[in-house]
Amino acid sequence: MSVETTSNLEQEYNFAYLDEQTKRMIRRAILKAIAIPGYQVPFASREMPMPYGWGTGGVQVTAAILGKADCLKMIDQGSDDTTNAVSLRGFFEKTAGVATTFKTQEASIIQTRHRIPETPLREDQIIVFQVPIPEPLRFLEPRETETRKMHALEDYGLMHVKLYEDIAKNGRIATTYAYPVKVAGRYLMDPSPTPKFDNPKIDRMAALQLYGAGREKRIYAVPPYTGVRSLDFEDHPFEIQSFDKPCGLCGAEGVYLDEVILDDEGGRLFVCSDTDHCEERRAAGHTGPMAADPAASQLSKGSSDAEDTVQ
Amino acid sequence: MSVTLNDEPLLNVSGLTKYYGGRIGCQDVVFQLWPGEVLAIVGESGSGKTTLLNCLSTRLPPSTGVIEYRMRDGSMRNLYQLSEAERRFLMRTDWGFVHQHAADGLRMTVSAGANVGERLMAVGDRHYGKIRATAADWLGRVEISEDRIDDDPRSFSGGMRQRLQIARNLVTKPRLVFMDEPTGGLDVSVQARLLDLLRQLVADMGLAVIIVTHDLAVARLLSHRIMVMKDGLVIESGLTDQVLDDPREPYTQLLVSSILQV
Repeated sequence: MSVETTSNLEQEYNFAYLDEQTKRMIRRAILKAIAIPGYQVPFASREMPMPYGWGTGGVQVTAAILGKADCLKMIDQGSDDTTNAVSLRGFFEKTAGVATTFKTQEASIIQTRHRIPETPLREDQIIVFQVPIPEPLRFLEPRETETRKMHALEDYGLMHVKLYEDIAKNGRIATTYAYPVKVAGRYLMDPSPTPKFDNPKIDRMAALQLYGAGREKRIYAVPPYTGVRSLDFEDHPFEIQSFDKPCGLCGAEGVYLDEVILDDEGGRLFVCSDTDHCEERRAAGHTGPMAADPAASQLSKGSSDAEDTVQ
Repeated sequence: MSVTLNDEPLLNVSGLTKYYGGRIGCQDVVFQLWPGEVLAIVGESGSGKTTLLNCLSTRLPPSTGVIEYRMRDGSMRNLYQLSEAERRFLMRTDWGFVHQHAADGLRMTVSAGANVGERLMAVGDRHYGKIRATAADWLGRVEISEDRIDDDPRSFSGGMRQRLQIARNLVTKPRLVFMDEPTGGLDVSVQARLLDLLRQLVADMGLAVIIVTHDLAVARLLSHRIMVMKDGLVIESGLTDQVLDDPREPYTQLLVSSILQV
């Protein structure tokens, strides 16, 4: 979208909403975060035209690194077309006029809420995470002064107390999301509330990972190809979730699945959480046990077109 | 009780002074502590006992004075010249601190087993089975039944909490333990059991202990030596039996004579 086509109202915003000085401030924080992998860099988080919890941290990071030639993908819980993703994509379409996409392969910047795409990311891509609570020790130690000291002194025994409690109470490590990791053998990091299924993906990932927490005013990063280890015990090693069924629509195995309730008689469908991955597989001809006949999608397309013409 | 044959002190304190603005917390305290020795600090409320204990345990930097501690490698180090990391490591391996209120020294929201295991995990123990076995063993040693290992300390009685706090501190086999009124707020029979347990553990492990108390009976039962404080000054010190049976200072005489004789 070129600048000429945007309305007068939207032209009054600077490119990508934030002013240039703010973007420079955020970029400095990002550079520092990349230089110290896993370390939480404080930054002067701005009020954004959306509530905290909607990804104000991720939005500010994205705004600071976004260029006119970038192609942006927005993910909300793996999906491109749920509220959060639609709103934030719309925000950048309006204020920056950049190209957007649903396809992981095409995107140069991917902002995500709680999932990492199943398709492996490349070196020329950047993934931006929206983080609610950046401090992995927060619920164990409420004092910020103390947690900072613990990071400085690498005093991380407390995190294992949490995992010990999990095993003592549940017989296994029951933490399934926001699973604590150690970055480059030094800093303890909360990989945002992604399911622990995605933890192996952040280890030695080719793409740059940036994490933004707007309310808590922190940015942290994992540079490309950095070792990230999930914490565990010798006799209770780290494990990811596994699913006993393939995706109901595309038949994919070894991917993270969402459960969808179909009716009130116990009917349910397990389907890829990464919608783009699922659609690409179906386009390539893969079908799962519960997928509709390919002809049916033609039918539904036909009917919605018909409705449009009626209106 | 045999004091370890060692002519080198574990702790060497000289000229220790703490001012709170213009007021005196404690002034010019000088003493030495040998390995395996139990030292009681007694005196009335506000006499500077706890200030002194906090200065010694690096929880409160003193205004002037030097505290030297013999590390496990035998070298004598000034505590306030250690790096913060070294000091923390010392506090969770070689030292223990038993608080008057168990809630200050325990993590009330995690299980008893995790409370005991925390220090082990902090020094790098990463085997769940071993940590749990050690925790169970220590619960047994402080007379807490093993089936309480997964319960929160919130569900424990006052005496049990205090014993759990002791187990949590002793699990790394420290050489020096600070205790601030460990029997305060417990009823007399529970106090007696706790003192019995403490005496046994101290003897078995050869612990050096600095114990702050206003209860002379506690001092008499546990300690080898005693320091009497008044208005921030140490006014009398010596062997416990000697000081309590034959007090020299008028204030000490007053303290000793104020014990209820039942």
